[in-house]
Amino acid sequence: MQERVIPSDLTAAKELEEQVLRELDRHGYSEVASFAVRLAMEEGLNNAIKHGNRRDQSKTVTVCYEVTAEEARITIQDEGPGFHPEDVPDPTADENLEKPCGRGIMLMHAYMDDVHYNDRGNKVFLVKRNT
Amino acid sequence: MREEAPRLNVTVENDITVVELADRKILDEISISQIGEKLNALVAEAERPKLVLDFANVSHMSSSALGMLITLHKRIREKKGHLRLCNIQPAIYEVFVITRLNEIFQISESRHQALDSLT
Repeated sequence: MQERVIPSDLTAAKELEEQVLRELDRHGYSEVASFAVRLAMEEGLNNAIKHGNRRDQSKTVTVCYEVTAEEARITIQDEGPGFHPEDVPDPTADENLEKPCGRGIMLMHAYMDDVHYNDRGNKVFLVKRNT
Repeated sequence: MREEAPRLNVTVENDITVVELADRKILDEISISQIGEKLNALVAEAERPKLVLDFANVSHMSSSALGMLITLHKRIREKKGHLRLCNIQPAIYEVFVITRLNEIFQISESRHQALDSLT
């Protein structure tokens, strides 16, 4: 398991995404799987930087990842107070369809094989199997 | 590190503005706000905007881009204009379907079809 600590900065997040994608490529993951991991990482890192750390440059995001031939496991942890995923409104409900925000979590669930949070809600666990 | 602003190819056909992302395959969080600003400026200067967004070069996008498109769509409708999306690759189209935004946006298979629907 590799650990990276990055500042609350989207450019650093993007570089980290590229590192993980190179690992997927090295292990022969499909384009579909890579698309899913890139999407989930971008959503998770955006949430950590923007909502968790509120772009506070004194706070960091800790990302751990392990890519094997079988699966990719990624955790993203911020220094925020955490949240309860069940409190996030369903973005596909008719009344929310035209709201500009709130789709990141549902997209992570749609594209990854497993998505769950720690009790505090400041750390997301992501798994994508190499099928 | 500041990234170079994304380049948009903007052409006007009759009264329809066609915007194509020129060199950025990834609609990520960093570039999306810059692209949103440029698109909103195009809408602001039109009396009744007719805008076609060509996604031919876009191979990845996330929820930030969807948010930008929703805001853009609202501004266009406020001016009684029209927005069409076209040339969306299957993987990207799936994102629209999962989020049900294919029900909000009018999506054409090709630029030609998008232009036809606005004339």
